[in-house]
Amino acid sequence: MKVLLFILAWFIGTAGVCQNKSRLVPMVLIQGGIYLPLYSKNVQEIKVNSFFMDVYPVTNADYLAFITDNPDWSKTGVKSLFADSNYLNQWRSDFIFDPETANSPVVNISWFAAKKFCECQGKRLPETAEWELAARASETKGDAGKDPAFNQWVLNWVTKPNPVTLPSVGSTFKNFFGVYDLHGLVWEWTYDFNSALTTGESRGNSSLDNNLFCGGGSFASKDITNYASFMRYALRSSIKAKYCIANVGFRCVK
Amino acid sequence: MKYHQMLIKTAALTLLFILFITACKNPSQTVKSTDEPITGEEVAVLTFAPDVPPPITRKHATKMIVNLEVIEKEMEMMDGVKYNFWTFGGQVPGKFIRVREGDLVEFHLKNDPSSKLPHNIDLHAVTGPGGGAVSTFTAPGHETQFSFTTLNPGLYIYHCATAPVGMHIANGMYGLILVEPKEGLPKVDKEFYVCQGDFYTKGGYGESGLQQFDMEKALNENPDYVVFNGKVGALTEENSLKAKVGETVRLFVGNGGPGLVSSFHVIGEIFDNVYPEGGSAINHHVQTTLIPPGGSAITEFKVEVPGNFILVDHAIFRAFNKGALGILKVDGPDNKTIYSGQQDDRIYQPEGGAVQTMPTADMATAKPLTKEEKLANGKALYTSICMACHQADGRGIEKAFPPLEKSDYFAANPDKIIQTITEGLSGPVTVNGKHFDGVMPKQTMSDNQIASVATYVLNNFGNKGGEFDASDVARLRK
Repeated sequence: MKVLLFILAWFIGTAGVCQNKSRLVPMVLIQGGIYLPLYSKNVQEIKVNSFFMDVYPVTNADYLAFITDNPDWSKTGVKSLFADSNYLNQWRSDFIFDPETANSPVVNISWFAAKKFCECQGKRLPETAEWELAARASETKGDAGKDPAFNQWVLNWVTKPNPVTLPSVGSTFKNFFGVYDLHGLVWEWTYDFNSALTTGESRGNSSLDNNLFCGGGSFASKDITNYASFMRYALRSSIKAKYCIANVGFRCVK
Repeated sequence: MKYHQMLIKTAALTLLFILFITACKNPSQTVKSTDEPITGEEVAVLTFAPDVPPPITRKHATKMIVNLEVIEKEMEMMDGVKYNFWTFGGQVPGKFIRVREGDLVEFHLKNDPSSKLPHNIDLHAVTGPGGGAVSTFTAPGHETQFSFTTLNPGLYIYHCATAPVGMHIANGMYGLILVEPKEGLPKVDKEFYVCQGDFYTKGGYGESGLQQFDMEKALNENPDYVVFNGKVGALTEENSLKAKVGETVRLFVGNGGPGLVSSFHVIGEIFDNVYPEGGSAINHHVQTTLIPPGGSAITEFKVEVPGNFILVDHAIFRAFNKGALGILKVDGPDNKTIYSGQQDDRIYQPEGGAVQTMPTADMATAKPLTKEEKLANGKALYTSICMACHQADGRGIEKAFPPLEKSDYFAANPDKIIQTITEGLSGPVTVNGKHFDGVMPKQTMSDNQIASVATYVLNNFGNKGGEFDASDVARLRK
């Protein structure tokens, strides 16, 4: 029944008319490659094709343009099936937010809303493998996954509580591919964010549970020292598609 | 007929045996029951360390509602040293939870909207998968709920179990939950909550500023901080635990870890009772009790005499160099029979001085030394023998050891240096206008050695210079 509801919600969410006159965020090419998921018991390499990724996360201003065209997705217009009551919590009303945050990443956005936004731009949400592939780049290296200094930098950000006001996009660093803010600003939705818990057969799921909740289970991981990566997976697993979280934003790819 | 008798006999014996084992069920066997009816409802009072919620006096099981909030925040680990702590309730350790055996606990975990991460809670008092972790996986800005029945009495750790678990614990996500036995714990005068934890920082102990979590130190289980109640000094000076002479003190002690086993000891006290590992057994007359990470102990003792009693992890470098130190300050009248205090302090000199044999080899090969050789030898001798009292700068220590610096004691008559070294000096003496009344033992050194060190003293510490030969020492020896 839950699955049916989900599919129904997906259908409605996807089927609506889509107005788009908003500006497009600049994109850069991410060279494809091989990505090894954190929770892979065997060698389960994922081949990622080359794709284009937004240089910045979507901002409050970007999102306002989207809502102006699609008032169904405003604070009061949104269907409760697609977003919980924290939706755009930081906005004062349907079309008003603190002007100082115009260039800050939009947060308190549900997965449904993020997906819709990207579709209206002729784009889509990145898959987790795509996002992780782009995000393992430091300023100088395409794959800094084994660089202790880079991992520590990311971990330091993860350890800090959220700032009261989120900084503007572009305030962190430009990575090897030319993408800003994959680390250091907000978490970001991915298309298959909850797949770590819902794929596979039930017995597999129970061991996936162990992986996510218990330190002992982490031996199953290929990369047990990548703590920041564990935290991203933990965050993704703790949320549902309608959740709106104060430090989760998004960007699009195509 | 004989056969029948035997049969009856066997049957009777069997019956007796069955009766015997039913009547004398092992008295130490634990009985767990959920058959006690749940009456009423309460919201649990939670406290920050070192406070403990009041004892439970009710005689029935109830529904206990526990509300615990996860807060990530920057706090001090030591004065001037900051750290991003993740907490249950806003402090480290997390709030103390006190429930009763048989209670139905309705647990609410709330993750503050400002949190960066999802969190959960594994309560060791829970019978069920993950100790509640699976049921309480909570995104920022969300609240989860689950219920459990407290089947086993005892003192239990709770902690966050979100991946990577070690880091969540290392950042302070642990606390204690007491499941009080149905009959309650014996009455005591004071109860305190103490929880040890180890922290892994980029900078070494005491390095100021905001310190980041150091994963390498954590994996090596090599912390720079081992502290009670989340901060160096959380239990010292004005934050000391306080009790009065004659009172009985109970410490609920936990160890959040994540890395180190605690050898918990209170200097100057013997635990009258210890509930090892927080269970129901009671051990008596214990000096030091082991508390594993993710474990606990309850210790009880009557404080008979006043003074400062120091809580330590007796892996003692942790206490004096990493912060694992707290103070229980006891006020009240002395009891000189139990503890007299210092009754005397007198000089102890092993017969014949510290060195029992004369350095004859040196005498045999004794040959005149140049002044440079005397200064070099003298410096080495001063450092190994004299410096401990007279100090590296020759200034001595006020009220204890007279200064050699610009000393008016031997300025007019440098021979007094030699005499003091060969004969020792005891009783009142005035040096540079300051009074001293101590003892310097005579030193067993060769004539050449004494000449060297005396020459060194004369030509250092602002003294006016001069030189001694071994023959001077020989002349001055009695």
